Amino acid sequence: MHEFSIAIGIIEIVNQHAEKAEAHIVNEIEIEVGELSGVVLDAMEFAMESAKKGTLAENAGIVFHYIKGRGQCRDCGKAFDLQNVFDPCPFCGAFNPEVKQGKELRVKAINVD
Amino acid sequence: MCGTCGCGQNDQPIRILKPGEENHPHSYIHAHDHSHDGKIHAHNHDHKYAHNHGFDDADHQHEHLHEHQHDSDSHDHSHSQNHDHDCGCNNEHSHDGHHHNETAGHKHGRQISIEEDALHRNDLTAQRNRGYFEAKNLFVVNLVSSPGSGKTSLLEKTIAAVKGKTEIYVIEGDQQTMNDANRIKAAGAPVVQINTGNGCHLDADMVHKATKKLEMTDKSVLIIENVGNLVCPSLFDLGESKRVVVISVTEGDDKPLKYPTMFQTSDICIINKTDLLPYVDFDVAKAREYALRVNPNLMFFELSVKTGQGMEAWIDWLLVGF
Ligand SMILES: Nc1nc2c(ncn2[C@@H]2O[C@H](COP(=O)(O)OP(=O)(O)OP(=O)(O)O)[C@@H](O)[C@H]2O)c(=O)[nH]1
Ligand SMILES: [Mg+2]
Ligand SMILES: [Zn+2]
Ligand SMILES: [Zn+2]
Ligand SMILES: [Zn+2]
Ligand SMILES: [Zn+2]
Ligand SMILES: [Zn+2]
Ligand SMILES: [Zn+2]
Ligand SMILES: [Zn+2]
Ligand SMILES: [Zn+2]
Ligand SMILES: [Zn+2]
Repeated sequence: MHEFSIAIGIIEIVNQHAEKAEAHIVNEIEIEVGELSGVVLDAMEFAMESAKKGTLAENAGIVFHYIKGRGQCRDCGKAFDLQNVFDPCPFCGAFNPEVKQGKELRVKAINVD
Repeated sequence: MCGTCGCGQNDQPIRILKPGEENHPHSYIHAHDHSHDGKIHAHNHDHKYAHNHGFDDADHQHEHLHEHQHDSDSHDHSHSQNHDHDCGCNNEHSHDGHHHNETAGHKHGRQISIEEDALHRNDLTAQRNRGYFEAKNLFVVNLVSSPGSGKTSLLEKTIAAVKGKTEIYVIEGDQQTMNDANRIKAAGAPVVQINTGNGCHLDADMVHKATKKLEMTDKSVLIIENVGNLVCPSLFDLGESKRVVVISVTEGDDKPLKYPTMFQTSDICIINKTDLLPYVDFDVAKAREYALRVNPNLMFFELSVKTGQGMEAWIDWLLVGF
């Protein structure tokens, strides 16, 4: 479960920023998870719940912003939805999309007191 | 809590050992290296008594449910300065679930924008490793695959084949046992074993630690055999020069489509156990086509570690790279 070590990394980032802001509690963590990021959202939710235990973010609400995969065909230039990084272009059939969005896996913001 | 195995219990510590050291429990390195220095670290928030937070502001209606705990009664939280509750709303927001109720239309507390990649830390450590490897002129290969594709067997043969041409070092990653490290040692290369416990991949920090133990000479080859897993290791840069994915013909030829991230992030694909092709349904041309769909720049070696057929091309590539 790589989601677990990613969750721990997220909590480390969160705590560092929270400490810097001299917060004593994290109310909310906003995370962007792309459809093509290589993590499973359910697993990520589960991992965050256990990773936050015993930290400043112990009771923080976790808000996931799920970002759909979008690609652009390198051959015909058209843009389309991507479920997988290798999906063929629905217009010309080429297996050569450039991923435009959906690889995100980032801590967007926190809300603290 | 441990970043890799998730053990709060410490029942599955990460161990980084040379063969032989496993008989000396006192020499175990427990790789919990996440900074425990004072404030940054979360575990230090060790609380004894539970109490609820109230607000200094007597007449406001919010019921805060963050009920965290502190070691002494004297610890006093004042929320008055940061909570701006002039809104007069009456919504009781509990912080214990995800998907905060955004329809309330406003948030309390201070909003801090972060915009930081979740793998940022591993990437930084990987870049440090890469700098070290480049300074020492090391050619470093990260070998990834499903369990049992033949990585350790390939290493055994590779060590024999490069003897006298270059120094070669190995880092072995497995959840448990020193078995692979012992095989590498017997094949004649210096080796460090990383046991990840519950962890299903190596990360840059483990490699950093293992590298320190290896004491490599400049201008050498280092091969890192990752934990057998086609998913997790793909997300963790170790600082390697090249990533090599191994599949064997006893697996499905659609592996590249099922585990695209691994094939997309690799530079080389080795198709192993070709001696078994007459007995299996594996279609090499199809596997190559699928892999190229995912990663048009992938290079291939088809070989049989068992018979040695196709091994020279791989060895030549390794020696040229280095
Ligand atoms: N027929 C055949 N068998 C092979 C070949 N290469 C490896 N094997 C066998 O495949 C099995 C697994 O080999 P290992 O080298 O241990 O595989 P591994 O990838 O290191 O396995 P893990 O470390 O457990 O992931 C062993 O029984 C090997 O003898 C090959 O080219 N042909
Ligand atoms: Mg092995
Ligand atoms: Zn995983
Ligand atoms: Zn993993
Ligand atoms: Zn507190
Ligand atoms: Zn949202
Ligand atoms: Zn197209
Ligand atoms: Zn509060
Ligand atoms: Zn710790
Ligand atoms: Zn641990
Ligand atoms: Zn309010």
